[in-house]
Formats: sequence, C-alpha cells, structure tokens
Amino acid sequence: MNNNLRINKNNFIDQTVRISFKFNGKKLFGYKGDTLASALLANNIHLVGRSFKYHRPRGIMTCGSEEPNAIVQVGNDPALTDPNVRATEIELYEGLEAFSQNCWPSVNFDIGGINNFLSPLLPAGFYYKTFMWPASFWEKYEFFIRHSAGLGKSPTKPDQDLYDHQYVHCDVLVIGGGISGILSAKLSAEKGLNTILIDDKSYLGGSTIYQDNDIFKINNETSNAWLKNQIEKLKKIPNLTIKNRTSVAAFHGYNYLLARENLTDHLGANERKGKIRQRLLKIRAKKVVIATGAIERPLIFSNNDRPGIILSSSIKKYIDYYGVKTGENISLFTNNDSAYETAISLNKSGVKVKVIIDIRENPSSILSEKIEKTGIKILRGHTITNTDGYKRIKSIDVMKLSKDGENVVGNKTTYKCDCLGISGGWTPMVHLFTQSGGKLKFRNNDNVFIPDENKTPSEQISVGSSNGDFELDDVINNTVKKIKIFLRLDKNDYENLDIKCSKEKQKRNIWLLPSNKPTSKSKPFLDFQNDSTAKDVKLALREGFKSIEHVKRYTTTGMGTDQGKLSNMHALGIIADTTGTNMGELGTTTFRPPYTPLTFGAIVGRNVGEFFDHTRRTAIHDWHVENKAEFENVGQWKRPWYFPKNGETMYQAVQRESKAARESAGILDASTLGKIDIQGEDASEFLNRVYTNAWSKLAIGKCRYGLMLNEDGMVYDDGVTTRLGENHYIMTTTTGGAANVLSKLEDYLQTEWPELNVYLTTVTDQYSTMSICGPNSKKIIKKIIPSLDLSDESFPHMSFKNSKIDNVNCRIMRISFTGEHSYEINVQSNYAKDVWEKCIAAGKEFNITPYGTETMHLLRAEKGFIITGQDTDGTLTPSDLQMDWIIGKKKYDFIGKRSLYRSDTIREDRKQLVGLLTDDPNEVLEEGAQLVESLEKPIDMLGHVTSSYFSPNLNKSIALAVVRSGKKLKGKKLIVPMENKNINVTITDTVFYDKENKRLNA
Amino acid sequence: MFIINCPYCGERDQTEFSCGGEAHIERPKQPTELSDDQWAEYLFMRKNIKGIQFERWNHIHGCRKWFNVVRDTSNDKIHAVYKMGERPPLK
Repeated sequence: MNNNLRINKNNFIDQTVRISFKFNGKKLFGYKGDTLASALLANNIHLVGRSFKYHRPRGIMTCGSEEPNAIVQVGNDPALTDPNVRATEIELYEGLEAFSQNCWPSVNFDIGGINNFLSPLLPAGFYYKTFMWPASFWEKYEFFIRHSAGLGKSPTKPDQDLYDHQYVHCDVLVIGGGISGILSAKLSAEKGLNTILIDDKSYLGGSTIYQDNDIFKINNETSNAWLKNQIEKLKKIPNLTIKNRTSVAAFHGYNYLLARENLTDHLGANERKGKIRQRLLKIRAKKVVIATGAIERPLIFSNNDRPGIILSSSIKKYIDYYGVKTGENISLFTNNDSAYETAISLNKSGVKVKVIIDIRENPSSILSEKIEKTGIKILRGHTITNTDGYKRIKSIDVMKLSKDGENVVGNKTTYKCDCLGISGGWTPMVHLFTQSGGKLKFRNNDNVFIPDENKTPSEQISVGSSNGDFELDDVINNTVKKIKIFLRLDKNDYENLDIKCSKEKQKRNIWLLPSNKPTSKSKPFLDFQNDSTAKDVKLALREGFKSIEHVKRYTTTGMGTDQGKLSNMHALGIIADTTGTNMGELGTTTFRPPYTPLTFGAIVGRNVGEFFDHTRRTAIHDWHVENKAEFENVGQWKRPWYFPKNGETMYQAVQRESKAARESAGILDASTLGKIDIQGEDASEFLNRVYTNAWSKLAIGKCRYGLMLNEDGMVYDDGVTTRLGENHYIMTTTTGGAANVLSKLEDYLQTEWPELNVYLTTVTDQYSTMSICGPNSKKIIKKIIPSLDLSDESFPHMSFKNSKIDNVNCRIMRISFTGEHSYEINVQSNYAKDVWEKCIAAGKEFNITPYGTETMHLLRAEKGFIITGQDTDGTLTPSDLQMDWIIGKKKYDFIGKRSLYRSDTIREDRKQLVGLLTDDPNEVLEEGAQLVESLEKPIDMLGHVTSSYFSPNLNKSIALAVVRSGKKLKGKKLIVPMENKNINVTITDTVFYDKENKRLNA
Repeated sequence: MFIINCPYCGERDQTEFSCGGEAHIERPKQPTELSDDQWAEYLFMRKNIKGIQFERWNHIHGCRKWFNVVRDTSNDKIHAVYKMGERPPLK
C-alpha cells in the first residue's frame, strides 16, 4: 500500500519543513502546516479510535471542531497529557505524541469490539434498563461500568502550564474569518471602528481561501485569489486586531463573550517554556457579527461509520489545503452540489473518482456539467444501502431509490473504493446566536434552522453561511447589504462585485435513507461518538419519549464531546418524520456553552494556589508563625488553631491551653471578629431594631451581648456591642458573618429606615483585638497599665475604659467568652503586634498561654455559649437555643420579632439546644453524629451533635446537640449510633462549668 | 452577564452588584398586628415573573448603595434604574 499520499503542488503546507511525530508509538512524518489528522491521512492512517459503546473502528471524518471520531490523547506526561483532543484541530509540531482512546489493548485489536456483536442486546437506555435493580447491587455494577466508560485519561499530576485571563473591549467583534467575516471586519475597520476578528484556525479565509476553481470568480479572479488580496489589505488596517487559533466558547447577554486563545498548543515542547498556554478572553463588544459558517452534514445509511468515510467537503480540504489524498479510489455520495466541487478538486489533483451517487433525480448545474465532461459516472436517484470493510471501507452497495424515497428498487451494484465522501447538505452554526438569546426559524426548502431576524437580540447580526447563505454570490451580497445597515455605512467597494458561481437547481433530503435490509440488521449511525443509531431514536419514540430533550438524553444522541454538531439535525429529522411533525414546530435541543470544550486551566486562569482566594492575616500573624501556630481557615482569615509545644498533638495542645486559661492566664488573638463602628443620633434606636434585646438604657461605657435574627426569627449572628458615647457604639460580629451583617444593616438603613440618622463603618481591619482571660488576667493588665483602676466597682464585668498602653491608645473591654475573668484590648492594628508582645512579656511570670480557635471553642462549650454557624444553622430561634432571656418582651418591634410566635416557631417539638454527657466520661462524641432513642427500625432521628470536646477542666467528655423537644428531655437517655458501636448519652443542661458565673469576678 | 447603570456611579459590570430580590415590598410598620398569614405574605411570598420584574440591586463592590431596577427576566434587558424612594417609572 502507498504510504505517501501527499501531492506536490501546494500553497499552504511548507514541504521544506519536515516534522516528526508519533502516533500510538509509531514514528511518522508530516509537514509544517499539517494538523495531526492531515498528517495521519498522508501516512494512509484512517483508523484512529474506537467508538464509545460498540468499540467499532472509527476514522477521521471531518477536518474541524465538529470531529466526532478522531479524538486522541496527546502526550503521556502525567502532568501535561491532554485527553479528548480533536486530531483535526491540533496543529502538528515536532515531537507531538498522540494515542488512540477508548480501546484496549490497541486500536487495531480492541477487546471491547465484542460489544459490536452484542449490539442487538445493547439498545438505547440499556444501562438504565439493566442496572436499575436490585438497587443494592449498584455498587457492584458501578466498578465495571465506570471502568468501561469515559473517553481518554485525565492527567494525574497538577497542571504545570500557565493560563491567563484578559478583559477585552471593542466596537465590533467579528466571529469567524471566512469570506463573510473578512468582508465584515474590513468594512467595520475601514469605517474607523475598533474591530476584533476571531477565528479558530491558524489562517484566515475559511473554505474560500482554497477554492481554486474556475467556476467561482470575483471580478474575474478566482475566488481564492481575490480573497487573498482582501486579507492582505485587511492585515494592514491599524484599528483591527486579528486573533487566530481563538475559539469563542460562549455568547452571553449584553454582548459579553468568552473566547479561548490558544497560544502554545501548536509549538514544540522547547518553544513553549515560560509562555502562557491559553488565554481566556472576556470580551465586551458594542456590536457582534456572527460569521461562524456552516458544517457539512453526513448521510444516514447502514454502516455509514467505517474508517475511510469522510465528509465530502473535508476530502476537498485535505486535497486542496493540505495536499493530502484521503484515498486513491474515492466515491462520493451526496444530496446536494457540494460533492461535485470535491470531485473537481480530486480530478484536478489526479485522484480517481469512480462514481458519484446522488439521491436527486435531476441535479444539473454548472458543476455537474463539468463533472460529466470528465467522464466521472453519476448515478442519479440512487442511494447507498450498505458498506463493507472493517478497519477501512472496501466497497459500497448502491441501489435505485423509489420515487417517494421510502424504498429501494431494482438490483444492487457493488463498487469498490478505499474512501467514500458523503454530503448531506449544510447546517448553519447557530450555536452562538442562540446562546445569546436569539430564536431560530426553520427554512423548509433546504431543511435548515437559521437565525430569525425578528428575534435577534439587539446589536448583533449573523452573516454568511451561519445565516443560511450557502452560495458565493448570496454570501457576499447579503453580507455586504446587512453590514451596511448594521454599521450605518455609506457606499463601499463591495456593493457591485462581478461574482460568478454555480447555482444549485434541485434539492432533495431524506433523513434516514432506505435499505434493502430489515431495520434490525442495519446500523445507520447518527451520533458517531456516542454510537447512537437511527434505530435507537425510533425505539425511544416507541417507548413513549416525545420531547426532543428526552430523546436526546435517553439515546445520548448529541451528548458526546462534539455535542452533536454532526448528528443533531438528523435526529430531529427522524423524530419529525416518525411522529409526523414539522421540524420547525419540533424545534432544536438547547445549544449551551461552550461551543467547543474548554480546558479547566483556561477557566481558572491564574486563580490557583494562593491566588484562589484572598488570604487575610491579622496584624499579629507573624508572631503566631514564629511561635509555631497551626492555622485554621475561617472564612478568608488565617486564625491560629492551636500552638503545639514539643511535638504535641492537637489534642494534647488544646488540653494544655484550656487548663492554663482557667488556672492562670490565656491570650487569644480575636482580631478577626467583625467590628462595625456605629454613629449618629439614632444609633440606640437602630440597635433596638436590629437586636432582640433593649439598648436604649445601656449606659455609656457599658457592653451588652446581642442576638441578631433574620425576619424569619432564626438566629443570624451574635456579638458584644459597647456604648462608647451618647451616639457612638462599636458592634462586634462573628468572624464569618462580618461582611454579611454589615450588608444587612446597610440594607435596612437605606431601604426600610431611611429616616434614621445612623452611619456604619467597618473597622475590622483597623482595630486588632487580644483577649486575656483567667484568674491572673487582672494582674497582667495591672502590670501593663499600672494607672488603670481595675476594681470591680470601677471596672465591672461588661464595661469598658479608654486607656493607654505606653503611648498607644486602647479600648479595654471587660467581657468574656470563656467564663473567666477577662479583658479585651483593642488597639490600632499597626500597634497590635507590639502590644501583644508586651502582654506576653507581662504575663510570663503567670505562664500566660497563647491559645487558638480550638481552645476557644472548648472553653466556651464548657460554659454552654453558642457559636453561630456551628451550633446554629439558620433553623433555630432564640427559644430553641434556650435563650428566651435575651428577647426584649416589652419591645414593640425588632427584626424577626413577629416570626417568634408564628404557628411553626412556637411548636414545642422543634429541635432545641441541649447539653449531652456520655455515660463513659472518656468517650468523645463526633460532631454531626445522630441522636436516636431506640435502635428499632425504622429508626427515628431526633437530632445531632453540634459541638463536642473532652473537657480537661471537668475531666470528662461534654457535648452540645440539637434534639427534637430537647428542652423537655433533661435527664433522658439517648443513643448515638456509630459505625462500630452505640454510645449511650444523657441530656443535660447546656452549661457544664461554673453554672453560677463565679469565675467572672474571680 | 449584563451591565447595570448604577444611579450613583454609572455603567458597571454585573459582577459588581448583588441582587436583593423583588422590589417594593415594604416591611410592615406594625408587624405585631398582623395575622400569621399576613406576616407570611410579607416574609415568604415573592413573584418570579417571566417578563418585566421590579428588583432591588446593591452596588456591593462599588458605592454600596441600594437602588431599584426594572428588568425583563426573559432577556435581561434593563428598562429603568431608579433610586430608593423614587417612584417606579413604569408601574
């Protein structure tokens, strides 16, 4: 067999630059300008993969992004390998290594091929029907199904490539660099508009740039020569940007588009180093011109999927653009004139075309007349009923079609061939148009969905074949006419061109071509990647699926990585024919972004690793790092979790820290708590409205704990607020709730209570907070600020004083989240580390112990203090938390008040906060564990554990939980069922330690 | 992804804003005098219209002001933008 199918004469391939690459381990050669597909075809390799379900041999079928079969794994580096790459799109580079997918052990001998012979047993919905029951068996099936499913292999190591995002703005964005896109971009740029032209290929000019055919002429030049000239002129216009190798993935409202620019995928490994691989362009365009072209349709007949069966226009591109013969004995099968153009190209390059089978009775045109002069045989009104050849097409069976096209008549003739070109007409690429909100209309005479001019979103148009203009004169004249109106242009050079081209005279379309074999024995493939056949679609209809969206999902037609670019129209056509519906009424399935698959790398861009999210660090962070803190992420904050000493485990460190805080002194960096400065003459009234308790009578210099609800009565946030002056408060919020609380308060002030004179300012970052607690905290503060009167009379619990530490102004609050005598020092953040170090130094003689969030949680749990977001989850009222005391009963209104006595919130069997003690004091419960009364099935779930610790101060395990009707269940025994054991617990009060609050003033 | 003309800052990308749901739902002045049903009507019931919807928006990553937007939810076209307390232009 001839393994070099390259012809010599060529304008687009640089045959002086030879490129070596490997396919399935075999070393091969191609040239600069090749795609992997064209290089493989030049090496006479058609078989590139196996189909998804039946593992049938499949070959290269197209030359672009619509390719369903030739998808390969590129590279074998565990970090850089790329699955599901279309061989028709990837440009050849030195050292390219590609592998077939979905086959084992090899593409030539694939064990899964057995499925092809089992295919009568594998109808549409096979997996749904077979693996439904018994339900408990799914785990057993799953392994095998998962193993045999999926295309390609994911990289196993982190991606080392660089990706980027860029915001782009322009007056006019033209999508598609074919002839209509070129003319649109040129007219736009010449008017002085800032224009961007995007095309997914490495060159401009679409299919016209290689249309070297005397029949197609513009101003007496062949169309390709004329267009080449226009492109040269276009490239010189300064206000035009051309983006090649760039694919628009999504077209959103307000002309916002996403496009992926490939920057290095066509380069060899050495040239890629240090460069950005792909860039996601976020484009905002004032106007958009869609010139995305059309894709040729296949024809649906039995065994239409064999390697060597290629779209007719792709055969033309391989010969005219890449200089590659896709076979040496080619036949063509068509329902329109495009195949004749392919035949002329092949004939000109000396490739034998044996026969053209045309389903039309009388397809005469300039093109067909020219073909007849060459002596190529044309079989009119005929169809192919079957093909033969396993790994490459060998022959075709041809029969005459009946007048109505529903049957075949007469005798079968067999023709040998090594390649078959098929053309079922053209499908405009309306994906982006519909994504943007445009609606389609159906054109009956050639069965295409095209953009409806009356249902096109503003500031965009579709031109060229994506708008349903398929012939050269229509493409140019209609594009120029539409652009002139769209961009409000004066007269231009393109209005009176002398255009010559062939005009199609007859059309005939049969979605599913008839065969002489019974349906059960035929395999007319619709979706080549997902292996769904016309039979599957008909079966789905018989089984009662009516909606096209349901048929699609049941049969998986159009659900491969190609998203049915080739198959969808035929599926719709067969549904319409079978159900007797008009296709226009049937509509299409939804076109969703992305148009072609995007890499995750392009989507995330630079937002990986430490750029994934903002990291907030307190002003004291460096000290924590120096002192070996382990950190916990709380929202965006890094908070010290615990401070392990001498190789302690977390448990050991937390036990030590917790004991030290109660026995002598502990210090916590509480800077992450939200702080909102509230000022204005109505500040007190405002707090009255947002908190459940009363604020008007809070004296200046005093602090109060407040609970904030949503309007639905559920606890939202909590914290201590201090009255600094007559009209001045500082509110603290939870760390995670800070931003949302501020937004909520601003919302009420701006929209519900604009009459209140209140100003809110977030000062979370401006002030740092350190909390010193424990029986020796008073002595430490005394050492730092000797002048401060710390007596209980002068400075009682829940009060505040302004003071100075050396020369640094500070606010000192006597508030406690641990139940110990404690002080919170607030200073400007730029002094915080210094003040913190002073506290540590002053506390040294008392063994002051820095502690983190885990110890803080343990200490407050000993006291039964809640943490909103841990013990609450947006479904608990203050009463559910046994905090009825904090409801200002006399208050007329506050946020959420009315909800506290809705029929649902006053139910007694709501989940309520309780304490839990385990019968075995050493058994620590798992947070989230379920609570039940009995293990008899069906087991009634009563609630779950929200907080659980081993308390070193009580020397036993303690927990908080929410339990149905919990308030009434004190003393009740419950069970916590775990995987290997059942733990017995007793419901208790929520306060475990120092119930009388004696230690606050100790 | 639409563009919103903030009445205080001008045209900005949608990513700078957050939507606060249906507009012109006033918090009852005397909640305690409402029945459970009346309160539930205020608390839970929101329209989800395909077509012209009056919405509250907040320029949360900008001036942080709340304002109203008249948006066609079927195509995201914004017909009007007006400040809190101003009369709705189309109602």
